[in-house]
Amino acid sequence: MASIEVDGKAYETDEEGYLTNLADWNTEVANYIAKTENINMTDQHWEVVNFLREYFEEYQIAPAVRVLTKAIGKRFGAEKGTSEYLYGLFPYGPGKQACKIAGLPKPTGCI
Amino acid sequence: MADIAAPAYRVIPIIPALKPGAMEGVKSFVANDKIQEALGFPGHLVEDWHDRAIAKMGELLGKYRSLKVYMDACVHCGACSDKCHYFIGTQDPKNMPVARQDLMRSVYRRYFTLPGKLFPKLVGARDLTREVLDEWYTYFYQCSECRRCSVFCPYGIDTAEVTMAAREILASVGYGQKYSNEIIGKVHKIGNNLGLPGPALLDTLQGLEEDVKEDTGIDVRFPIDVKGAEVLLITPSADFFAEPHIDSLIGYAKVFHATGTSWTLSSMASEAGNFGMFVGNYEHLRKIAMRIREAALELGVKRIVIGECGHAWRVAYSFLNTLTGAGDGADANDQFAMLLQKQLDQRYKQPMHICEFTWDMIGKGALSFDKEANDKHIITFHDSCNVARGSRMGDFAGGQFEIPRNIIKAVANNYVEMSPETTRERTFCCGGGGGLLTDDLIELRVKGALPRMEVLQQVVDEHGVNFMATICAICKAQFTKIMPIYGFDRRMVGGVHQLVSNAIRLGAK
Repeated sequence: MASIEVDGKAYETDEEGYLTNLADWNTEVANYIAKTENINMTDQHWEVVNFLREYFEEYQIAPAVRVLTKAIGKRFGAEKGTSEYLYGLFPYGPGKQACKIAGLPKPTGCI
Repeated sequence: MADIAAPAYRVIPIIPALKPGAMEGVKSFVANDKIQEALGFPGHLVEDWHDRAIAKMGELLGKYRSLKVYMDACVHCGACSDKCHYFIGTQDPKNMPVARQDLMRSVYRRYFTLPGKLFPKLVGARDLTREVLDEWYTYFYQCSECRRCSVFCPYGIDTAEVTMAAREILASVGYGQKYSNEIIGKVHKIGNNLGLPGPALLDTLQGLEEDVKEDTGIDVRFPIDVKGAEVLLITPSADFFAEPHIDSLIGYAKVFHATGTSWTLSSMASEAGNFGMFVGNYEHLRKIAMRIREAALELGVKRIVIGECGHAWRVAYSFLNTLTGAGDGADANDQFAMLLQKQLDQRYKQPMHICEFTWDMIGKGALSFDKEANDKHIITFHDSCNVARGSRMGDFAGGQFEIPRNIIKAVANNYVEMSPETTRERTFCCGGGGGLLTDDLIELRVKGALPRMEVLQQVVDEHGVNFMATICAICKAQFTKIMPIYGFDRRMVGGVHQLVSNAIRLGAK
């Protein structure tokens, strides 16, 4: 198994750097993963990441892109409720990249 | 991902120069013990893999007469060699269909033919070494089982079946692929490829009802687990989750609404896709298909309709009858198959594709459209391989080509065809089919999309095409991801029912 090291502590990940254990996640780990994805975490990024974790806790899966855009729009202002906005924050796709930073398993399937 | 560049378009699309070994380093992730064991496969490569692989091959050769014919029949005429999108895009000679199959054929000769046993070198027979096994894994997971090469084979060799057999042998000795096998595990455990649990599905569907109400002012329902509904819709779980897939789901719901058809989704069978076919494993293929029967019986539906998913339609059209009893051909001793036969309304095709459903309704005058709503689009249609070469629609030959096109023309004013060398039964794979739609194969996916992107570019340049419609969840996801690398907008790709959704008149009719 692969792992990453943050502040002297090792965290198990899968081959692509997604955390294996949900409970391992903390803000330092999130910042570290974001850096490996060439993302500089701003307040706007945190809004999305925190929402993803909240949603996951309730539903045991990341939200659909549409659900995510709608929720972000409702909560943080309509101008943020578009997939363009989310792709702007997470260019490799809000689904996969933001999930990785949020310490959630990678959504896979025909997506 | 960012550092993978799109290959340059070919000036004249002929056989590209060979680059031996170009793709030997591109290998999708191997499944770990947990994923493998959940499917009943060994967790990792077993010690006696050689003997077990040969025994498995013998078993498959006995079980599938076709496989033996395909092993024996090839005369290396080369008709298939330049027909594969992966060969065209990667230039690796082992991605020529004939060369890919010969990875297995050489082993077949060594262990199952007399000349190969006696004079292996003379007949190109090889021992199954660890290197050969690794080569199998690498290159049989660089085939999308799209069967384009088979169209050009004078002997009709179904190359996808060879790939499926190789993958089945690999998984059985503990050498399975992470992407496909993890997904099969999720279907068995949670009910769909994505691992979308019931409550999340419910929440998503409620959200869609709100959205459509907001857009149209009309209460279009997205029912789930409704007993006694007429239609059970089985659709890929990507339709609940991803863009642009979800827009087609909205389209199906609007069609059912406008035609007054009572319908339901099922939380148990919340997946049309069947990766059991991709990995060539009959038991998993059947087990996944069985969820559809179970849901249909439990909900008491009269019809089974399949959403926009390429390989799901192949499984449904070609295999669901003998697997589950939906349609003719079930075993008379299979009590549940007989029950399903009796329950389903045999005045309709069972199962039916959503495009057949919509086209029938258009024919009956039950739907009407504001075609102008699609005027911003100049549309072309990408045939998906499993629909084009593995199934049919309607009651005439070529229905699987005509019906989706007819629907597009009924709901939109601007339609353009791509080069006939690359459409209908000669369509090119999107580059992500057959269990390859995974990020660890992104280089292969980008390169394999080359021939489709070349002809798309032509209609973009000549006709201003700005929308490529397709009826497959994998095609939609693959194109959304790789088209930006070729300089296209990711929103250029979408479903046929997305176009239906834009133009359909709700309510009054």
